Amino acid sequence: MLATDENILARAEDWRKSGKGVAIATVTETWGSAPRPVGSHLVIDDEGNFLGSVSGGCVEGEVVTEAMDTIADGKPRMLEFGVADEAAWRVGLSCGGRIRVYVEKVV
Amino acid sequence: MRFDVLTAMNGERAARRACVLVTEMPGGDQRFVKAADLASDPLADILEASLRTGKSGMVEHEGRSYFLTVQTPPARLLVIGAVHITQALAPMARVAGFDLTIIDPRTAFATLERFPDVTLIADWPQEIIPTLGLDRYTAVACFTHDPKIDDPGLEAALSADCFYVGALGSRKTHGKRVERLKEKGFSDEQIARIRAPVGIDIGAVSPAEIAVSVLAEIVLSLRKKPLRADAPQRAGAAA
Repeated sequence: MLATDENILARAEDWRKSGKGVAIATVTETWGSAPRPVGSHLVIDDEGNFLGSVSGGCVEGEVVTEAMDTIADGKPRMLEFGVADEAAWRVGLSCGGRIRVYVEKVV
Repeated sequence: MRFDVLTAMNGERAARRACVLVTEMPGGDQRFVKAADLASDPLADILEASLRTGKSGMVEHEGRSYFLTVQTPPARLLVIGAVHITQALAPMARVAGFDLTIIDPRTAFATLERFPDVTLIADWPQEIIPTLGLDRYTAVACFTHDPKIDDPGLEAALSADCFYVGALGSRKTHGKRVERLKEKGFSDEQIARIRAPVGIDIGAVSPAEIAVSVLAEIVLSLRKKPLRADAPQRAGAAA
């Protein structure tokens, strides 16, 4: 089924209830042409399963990797992606925009 | 995010109540504010403004930065009339993310064969609508052509300030409808909110094409136009 904002956070709750480690990634700021609006969520479990999106699929892989680190150490992370930061990050947004993504563990 | 906060947010969503999660940046301290508790929050004015627009975002207050995760109830579509257009609209509305309910007291129309996997209620709108709790996050589209069935839906939608109110019918049919609503005491401003003829003009002919035009108009009302409470200026522009 297509993931909507309605069921993404509900899934995070279900995963946590079933004992999994869970992180929530949220788009907090965008500049220029960004594919998903501020407030969009991606939820990730400790096996790397994920639901939702923070971009058009460009940076989800990187966010999932960082989220698994957050699940492991409990520390929130602020990630930034975009063409301006290609040197700093392994992936960027092909659309030319820039986004900031906050990743936090469900505790 | 604390698990109890996540659970509370999901609970508010299920109950169709708005709420805001306030996260202080960069620290990450969080508090969860229900719409009903906004007034007593230190950020009350900012939070109220964010709920009106429904948009999440960063805000500054007294030298501190906060991210607001704004959660408004999911957009809901109530269709009066289990007609041919509705058969086309139902799957489209579901893919577009609307929570869909169909009401038609005519049991020949309201059958599971015609509407699989949809919330379908074979009863009179005036009996059912009071139990649904219409709100400004609800769209109402009336497709039966029958005033006995459509009018109670329209009246409820206007009274509840639904973000979209549409009714199928020619200009002549709509003219009669306007007269009936006036007799019931609805103001010109309220009546002008009804989209009729229904749907944006894409030259739609078939039921499925009309469904596309209606769904497009609903999305336009949801995303492009301010919600009803913020758009009193629209009254003057209406024909």
